[in-house]
Amino acid sequence: MKTKFNIITSTCVPLPLENVDTDQIIPARFLKATTKEGFGENLFRDWRYDKEGNKIESFVLNDPTYGGKILVAGKNFGSGSSREHAAWAIADYGFRVVVSSFFADIHKNNELNNFVLPVVVTEEFLAELFDSIYKDPKTEVEVNLPEQTITNKATGKSEHFEINAYKKDCLINGLDDIDYLLANKSKIEAFEAAR
Amino acid sequence: MSKTLFEKIWDKHVVDTLPDGTIQLYIDRLYCHEVTSPQAFAGLRARGLKPFRPEQITCMPDHNIPTLNQDKPIKDPVSKNQVDTLEENARYFGLTYYGLQHPKNGIIHVVGPETGLTQPGMTIVCGDSHTSTHGAMGAIAFGIGTSEVEMTLATQCIMQRRPKTMRITIDGVRKPGVTAKDFALYIISKMSTSGATGYFVEYAGEAIRNTTMEERLTICNLSIEMGARGGMIAPDDVTFDYLKDREFAPRGEEWERKVNEWRQLYSDPDAKFDKEIVFHAEDIDPMVTYGTNPGMGMGIRENIPSMESVDEAGRISYKKSLDYMGFKAGESMLGKKVDYVFLGSCTNGRIEDFRAFASLVKGKKKADDVTVWLVPGSWQVERQIRAEGIDKVLAEAGFALRQPGCSACLAMNEDKVPAGKYAVSTSNRNFEGRQGPGARTILAGPLVAAAAAVTGKITDPRELIKD
Repeated sequence: MKTKFNIITSTCVPLPLENVDTDQIIPARFLKATTKEGFGENLFRDWRYDKEGNKIESFVLNDPTYGGKILVAGKNFGSGSSREHAAWAIADYGFRVVVSSFFADIHKNNELNNFVLPVVVTEEFLAELFDSIYKDPKTEVEVNLPEQTITNKATGKSEHFEINAYKKDCLINGLDDIDYLLANKSKIEAFEAAR
Repeated sequence: MSKTLFEKIWDKHVVDTLPDGTIQLYIDRLYCHEVTSPQAFAGLRARGLKPFRPEQITCMPDHNIPTLNQDKPIKDPVSKNQVDTLEENARYFGLTYYGLQHPKNGIIHVVGPETGLTQPGMTIVCGDSHTSTHGAMGAIAFGIGTSEVEMTLATQCIMQRRPKTMRITIDGVRKPGVTAKDFALYIISKMSTSGATGYFVEYAGEAIRNTTMEERLTICNLSIEMGARGGMIAPDDVTFDYLKDREFAPRGEEWERKVNEWRQLYSDPDAKFDKEIVFHAEDIDPMVTYGTNPGMGMGIRENIPSMESVDEAGRISYKKSLDYMGFKAGESMLGKKVDYVFLGSCTNGRIEDFRAFASLVKGKKKADDVTVWLVPGSWQVERQIRAEGIDKVLAEAGFALRQPGCSACLAMNEDKVPAGKYAVSTSNRNFEGRQGPGARTILAGPLVAAAAAVTGKITDPRELIKD
């Protein structure tokens, strides 16, 4: 799970729907596992497979035209439940980056804690990126974490994206919050003593 | 310096601030349920750690558990394994555990307040977005992911960015037949499911002050449905009267000392919020949702918005949503057939919800072709229902009680609504497939649910209260 993150260049999978909630990313009935592995199989389960378990050909994950490590989604991605299983499913499927114009808070945190990078772009950049991908599914996007830039290589357009310095450092160095907190345990004890 | 209610509590829990503004936040209480904790406990074991402050952690299964025959083993082996795993983790690490049929078992967001574990001024987290419920008692409470559950287990801290603050004021006096759920669905319909993302919301104003403690829990519960990190209400006598003498509430001199401290928990008159929004209670009617997110709600007498009223980028999603529900833009919901009714969940599974439901169905009969699931939020609620004789009123009208749990809110147990069927549900989410694959959910309050249960149709409950 702890994968160092630097620069990723990849084709994209377009999902232009808005308000994609975590119940769609991974339905509740698949949350019964006690490990983090294997959730990718059921990513977008009910959009991807019908009741009999047959692939729904029209859904983008079943369309061989599109592939890559970057998921591009409509605004307010990841709303609803706090289930980290949604981030595990996205990571397990093979996505390293999710691009949208807006993310729900808890899900965004969950992605970061699983070394999946949520990149917030402007509505204009997002609309143009969908356009580029539909015109040419081989369109590549470069996500440069150290520089905090995302580039649509079809148009050459580039945008700066925000990430706080602490999380950026964690991603680049493959460290998680627990590593940090454990190293700072004395501060916690001092805080408790002073209350 | 003037501070908001949120800032007063937050600032007292900051252990450290990093140069980029990231905050190491101290957590007073961690609640764990069976779905979002196993990987956190596994992580703890893999690192060779133990819970840092076990006495500040309470565990109970609620999501997977059956609502019938809880005395028998859980039939679904995968569900059973998850519940057993929580019990085993709690035992191994020496944590408080309220298992199946324990008198204090129930939905964690119902049990926390009713046992007095949840108190004003605290920071409270749980791997569950509806943790926002506990903010109703004047606490900072919010949902976290499993990685953060692991952090809290290991260090009683999490790394957070400080959210912005928003105050939502509802002034005026509410109309008869309008419940706290209607307040919340109204607010979300105006804010959208992302309108409060990045904010921590304080609810205020005359109409909020005049709510009961349980109504406040319902309102704060739904804060996450507009994207808010959490919701809270300044504690007052309503809060203190509710909390006094509950099992884990402070007692004697300690109680007096605490109440004096809690009385300082309010937003100073000149405190600045990043955003202020005002609604009027007179504008709020009983609400229903017509789509597949909680923001798609309207007064029960209104018509479903037209396609033209939706902005262009959202039309694909809007059409997909109405197609899923089998509804048409522009039509009325009144009189539409209902197949299932669900009363329960951390949103509306408390005693006042059962009183409201019973008050409407009293002397009437359940409609023939409706399946009705009445699921108390906890065993304490169940005992209170029986103590007040509400179970008898319900039985006379043709309804039976089930056993406590999250149940049909997210259908992780056997309480699933079949594909294509319509359910009027007092729960919190109407997402596609939330109550079972293909299920169509109409969110509403307990009175609209009761009206549907006796008429078999979407009915304005005020029509029935008149009789």
